[in-house]
Amino acid sequence: MTALTHAHPTAVKGSATAVLKAEARLFLREPGALFWILAFPTVLLCILGSVPSFREPQADLNGLRVVDLYVPIVILLAMIVSGIQSMPPVLTGYRERGILRRMSTTPMRPGALIGAQIALHGAAATLSAALALAVGRIVFDVALPRQLLGYLVAFALATLATLAVGGTVSAVGRTTKITQAVGSLVFFPAMFTAGLWMPVATMPDVLRHIVNLTPFGAAAQALDAAAAGDWPSWTHLGVTALWAVALIAAARRWFKWE
Amino acid sequence: MPRSSTLMPMAVIEVSGLHRAYGDRKAVDGVSFAVEEGEIFGILGPNGAGKTTTVECVEGLRRPDTGRIRVAGYDPVADRGPVTRVLGAQLQESELQPKITAGEALELYAACCPDPADWRALAERLGLTGSLGTRFAKLSGGQKQRLFIALALVGNPRIVVLDELTTGLDPRARRDTWRLIEDVRASGVTVLLVTHFMEEAQRLCDRIALIDRGRITALDTPSGLIERTASGTEISFRPSAELDTEQLAALPSAVSVTRKDGRVVIHGTDETVSALLSLLAARGITAHQLRVTEATLDDAYLDLTGTGTDT
Repeated sequence: MTALTHAHPTAVKGSATAVLKAEARLFLREPGALFWILAFPTVLLCILGSVPSFREPQADLNGLRVVDLYVPIVILLAMIVSGIQSMPPVLTGYRERGILRRMSTTPMRPGALIGAQIALHGAAATLSAALALAVGRIVFDVALPRQLLGYLVAFALATLATLAVGGTVSAVGRTTKITQAVGSLVFFPAMFTAGLWMPVATMPDVLRHIVNLTPFGAAAQALDAAAAGDWPSWTHLGVTALWAVALIAAARRWFKWE
Repeated sequence: MPRSSTLMPMAVIEVSGLHRAYGDRKAVDGVSFAVEEGEIFGILGPNGAGKTTTVECVEGLRRPDTGRIRVAGYDPVADRGPVTRVLGAQLQESELQPKITAGEALELYAACCPDPADWRALAERLGLTGSLGTRFAKLSGGQKQRLFIALALVGNPRIVVLDELTTGLDPRARRDTWRLIEDVRASGVTVLLVTHFMEEAQRLCDRIALIDRGRITALDTPSGLIERTASGTEISFRPSAELDTEQLAALPSAVSVTRKDGRVVIHGTDETVSALLSLLAARGITAHQLRVTEATLDDAYLDLTGTGTDT
């Protein structure tokens, strides 16, 4: 239909950095988004951690405390808030307002704007995760991940999957309003499968098997294993990776530039 | 490298046989024109005539169904990269990120261009210096419009396409913008201008293409278009004594003679005016409330687009 998707051969040197810088400045001007992505997950961890019984080791949790289980969950929460709640309306808004279209009349590709927003939301989720890990360690004495590399791999795949979900949501949503609605529709199941209401490890068998097939359920299991010191199961990593690949393809296929 | 044209030497924009339909509706139905280097070329026409679709094809934002377009020798769709480097565009409807300031937007767009203009100087010329720190959402309509013009020019383009340049500007800002466009042209930039305003077209354009229902109905200089209108000059007066209609109709170049409320109205040319004055003098008749009005581009527009008469 339109010619916008055609690749520009060579963008001007340094222009991608300029776009990233400008978008980062705009990101910092959204106090609401910054609170929900950066502060809210850690605040939630602190609220849960302040319940005395959640700081008692539980026999049926293999001697772990509830607060231990919730560190990976609030990390997934940070990703979900960033990638599924905050990012899609921004991307759709850029299309709806003709910002991508205007950008495509310059030597800069409109994809640079989308790429910058995806990178910034990924970075914000990562920062929020680091904050949750640090507060968990310092305030509640939650052990840092014992299998660090495995934890990082699981984290990276989960972030990719979340951003891909967000990209697909903004590809499907024609207007900002529709995108917000679709985003909330995905937001709650995503939080549930991540284990916010009931950690995946404590779910009944049948439910856990189903949740293990979702990107966040599998990611939660992978993070739990790496936190405990084991290399995450390839099945869990594979499920998250598969979702990421499929949704990146879907977002690329369906995303409209105007 | 830019190729030489068969249509016209030095043509920097060439459009031939352009067609573009949206479903069943033919928005552009066989438009051809060529814009010379350094020219201000206007596209004028009623709403929905296909003006914006035409320039969007030139900008490479839309793919033509059929037809050939060359911008500085490049195909706007296939040679996207080179075209964006030589062409600056001000789009009819678009926005910026609500929280980006005018200064940040200019700086960002300058960074995206290989050979940018000094954006601060550009902002000053457009009267934006005082609003560089203002966020886009807080700018007035006129400030937004001037910012978009600045963004179109910030890359130092060879060709600039301006779609509804002065919509939303007050008369003073409009005149300032016209002066800026004239300066831009004086520096060798080719301007393709889409407009609604006759005054703007008459003041700025070297040549004008009138587009109606997807086709070019006339392509000429502003004065050439005015000369084409049937009724170049209108003379009206209240004669002190009775005058014979047939005698008036026989005046040189007179097209029509009508009477309304005791006034005589004659459509003709300058020639008709002087002949009428001699006739009145010879008969000793005084012309009370004599008015001679020249046809304007407005009249030419209404004549040539048929928007004055419902069809």
